[in-house]
Amino acid sequence: MALVGRALLILGLGVSVYGIGASLYGALQGGQRWVDSGRRAVYALAGVMTLAFVILEAAFLRSDFSFNVVAGHSSTTTPTFYKATAAWSSQEGSLLLWVWLLSLWSSLILFLTRRKVREIAPYATAVLLGFATFFGSLTAFFANPFATTANPPSEGAGLNPLLRHASMMFHPPMLYSGYTLLAIPFAFAIGALITRRLNSEWIQVTRRFALAAWLFLGIGILLGARWSYTELGWGGYWAWDPVENAALMPWLCCTAFIHSIMIQEKRGMLKVWNASLILASGTLAVLGTFLVRSGILDSIHAFGASTLGVPFVILLGVMVTGSVALIIWRRADLRSDSQLDSLLSREAVFLFQNLVLVGMTFVIFWVTFFPLISEALTGTKVSVGPPAFRPFIVPLALVLVLLSGVGPLIAWRRVTAANLRRSFAFPVAAGLVALVVLLLVGGVSKRPFALAMFCLGTFVIASVGQELWRGVRARRAMTRDPVPRAFLQLIRRNRRRYGGYIVHAGLAVLLIGVAASSSFQHSHDVVLRPGQQAVVDGYRITYVRPIARATAEKISFGAVLDVAKGGRHVQTLTTTRGFYPAQDPTLGVVGRFFNGEEESQVGLRAGLTKDIWTVISPDLTPIQPLINQGDQVFLKAMSAAAALPPAQARAQITNLFAARDAAIGALADRWVRHPWAAEFLLIVSPLVTWIWLGAIVIAIGGLIALWPVPVLARRRATSAYAARLARELA
Amino acid sequence: MDPSRKRAIRLTVALTAALLLASALVYTSFSAGRDELTASQLLHQAVPGKSYILAGTVISQQRDGSALLFRVRDPKLHVSVPVRYTGIIPDPFAVGRGVLVTVQKQGSDTQFVGEQDSLTTKCPSKYQAAAGSKY
Repeated sequence: MALVGRALLILGLGVSVYGIGASLYGALQGGQRWVDSGRRAVYALAGVMTLAFVILEAAFLRSDFSFNVVAGHSSTTTPTFYKATAAWSSQEGSLLLWVWLLSLWSSLILFLTRRKVREIAPYATAVLLGFATFFGSLTAFFANPFATTANPPSEGAGLNPLLRHASMMFHPPMLYSGYTLLAIPFAFAIGALITRRLNSEWIQVTRRFALAAWLFLGIGILLGARWSYTELGWGGYWAWDPVENAALMPWLCCTAFIHSIMIQEKRGMLKVWNASLILASGTLAVLGTFLVRSGILDSIHAFGASTLGVPFVILLGVMVTGSVALIIWRRADLRSDSQLDSLLSREAVFLFQNLVLVGMTFVIFWVTFFPLISEALTGTKVSVGPPAFRPFIVPLALVLVLLSGVGPLIAWRRVTAANLRRSFAFPVAAGLVALVVLLLVGGVSKRPFALAMFCLGTFVIASVGQELWRGVRARRAMTRDPVPRAFLQLIRRNRRRYGGYIVHAGLAVLLIGVAASSSFQHSHDVVLRPGQQAVVDGYRITYVRPIARATAEKISFGAVLDVAKGGRHVQTLTTTRGFYPAQDPTLGVVGRFFNGEEESQVGLRAGLTKDIWTVISPDLTPIQPLINQGDQVFLKAMSAAAALPPAQARAQITNLFAARDAAIGALADRWVRHPWAAEFLLIVSPLVTWIWLGAIVIAIGGLIALWPVPVLARRRATSAYAARLARELA
Repeated sequence: MDPSRKRAIRLTVALTAALLLASALVYTSFSAGRDELTASQLLHQAVPGKSYILAGTVISQQRDGSALLFRVRDPKLHVSVPVRYTGIIPDPFAVGRGVLVTVQKQGSDTQFVGEQDSLTTKCPSKYQAAAGSKY
């Protein structure tokens, strides 16, 4: 099957190259048949890539270790769910996922626009197939997922233990869907610039795809944050790691784009800005893939040794220079149809919000790349961590939240004093009430940025609540529907607008959670014996008893903790640390269990107001002599077994493995029967749950905005508009 | 006011703000940053008692009771240094991963001692190639 897979990759590459040629030839010669053929090449590519991906998935599910990628990332003991999702845990599989998703989304947009944007579509098809050719070449020639070995191992290495987490399994397809969906408005923007069809038509046909890209990227980022919080054993959800930043940058840029296109659609303004934003978003999406692929994050020198680095740099160079050249070339066609009437208008707020988002993107870009820039200039890498981000990102985030509350309240074109009073009175009052209450609570005033975020968040939630209530009231006045029905009808009839408002409210909830959990976190690093306790933020956490488990896959040491407050039991938590054996054959038979991957199971009590987060780090000192002794005993026994005739040696080695499992079991037993002190990280964080709730609200709002308007409702709206226009003309 | 003059003023204000932001960013990057040394730089520059940030790839690790012994390799040269570290070990720590750790040289000892809880590991992205592969 590997041969078929490899043949499909080559076939896909051929189809992509043909499609580029057919689309461009058709566009230049005006031959619709060639254009149609180019579009069908995309459908064919989707079919070919689907088959290739099915073959790879089948290899993982069958545990076919003749595939190098399966042997390296799966094993017979890997649960079926993780076997199925391990395909994208490898470099090769994830690149194939990129091409496959790109082919699917490209097919969808080209099918939906087969009778629209006829001039733009062939160029967009060529650009999309250009991406497919690039990533297809990488999978076919540099990172082939169908590479095989003549002597397959009897067992695979297994999936990285840290990745055995449900949210991490969905994280890559979400991010890659976001990246590949961003390629679609990017391609149509290129097509619009080439053909000078720079009205809002290309935006209208790709807007939903940009929104879907934003939604998928956002979900992917949040799933990654959730994984970091519950799996990585450090108690945080965001570390400003370059891999995280790689996904955040295109998301921020795309957020700016989906706001500013409204100004182009309504007022014919910001054409240069919109084209630049989507071209930047598309480029940042490829940059995101480049950042985690090329090794450049480790060092410029690592980049030089990478096989994928140079092709990516060439692609990015082409994208950046091509985008800049096209915008300069078409600058005359990109002039705005109208001007900004007032700085107190919705379009001005959108513009400021865009500047803030682009500013955030630039800050993240600069600080992420700064170690490399300093290394290139001075020869020495400079380490910059979260402290370099915070002075810029925190104030910019505050301004962003403020603007996300102002945007829904302020009118288009120009605002009047009466409009300001009517719209802002309640939300501003709500923000001020929050300020007074928080100042009275005490403690919060010492953290001015957190205080500001709480007040601004309240302002945003109040402004969205007010807009929703006004809409419901107006609807009830017309239809006399009960409130729930009027609310649902209101959202159903203007999904884009109210979906957006719900997203704003979700963002406020999320950022309140971020501000609270980062400013008021209590963290203790303590060493406890069974029966001992520590107090963290008023919670008495007692180490009740040790627990342990030993299998051929791993040995884990853990603890049962009792959490109490004010003498009342709150929760019983269990935390463990699993030790997976290293693959290094030079390590001792027993010792290798403690020199491989380690993985924490967090003991977590998630609450609406506070999270209690615990993790154990066992001290191995007391069993170290036993481990060393075991290694020596097994080394001698293995050497003796190797000197025996083959059949006896195999039997002896089988016995030795059984003895090893017993020895590992004895170590686990020792931890339980004769427990010794262990190190614990105990964290109490307020409002972490708000982050996940805010994310769910954002996702719901995004889905509402994305959901297609029913055909009947669209027809009704169109006919009502036509009737009104006819009346006005008459 | 003349619309073109208005536009010019807005552009000047925007550009000034952007320039100020960029200048502050460059200044903060340099002032908040600390030099990361590779294994070979550390071997040449380290003096006892002074702390340095060591960056590189873990090429071997061994538990020694509560301590972790590991070697960090220079990505450019095939030079590595041994580090003895105690404290919380990040879950993503493993052979083949990139790490940052604050270390000190103690006396004439060739082994560097890692400061407690200073070890950070780069995100174990699923997209990275397996350790030792050519990617």
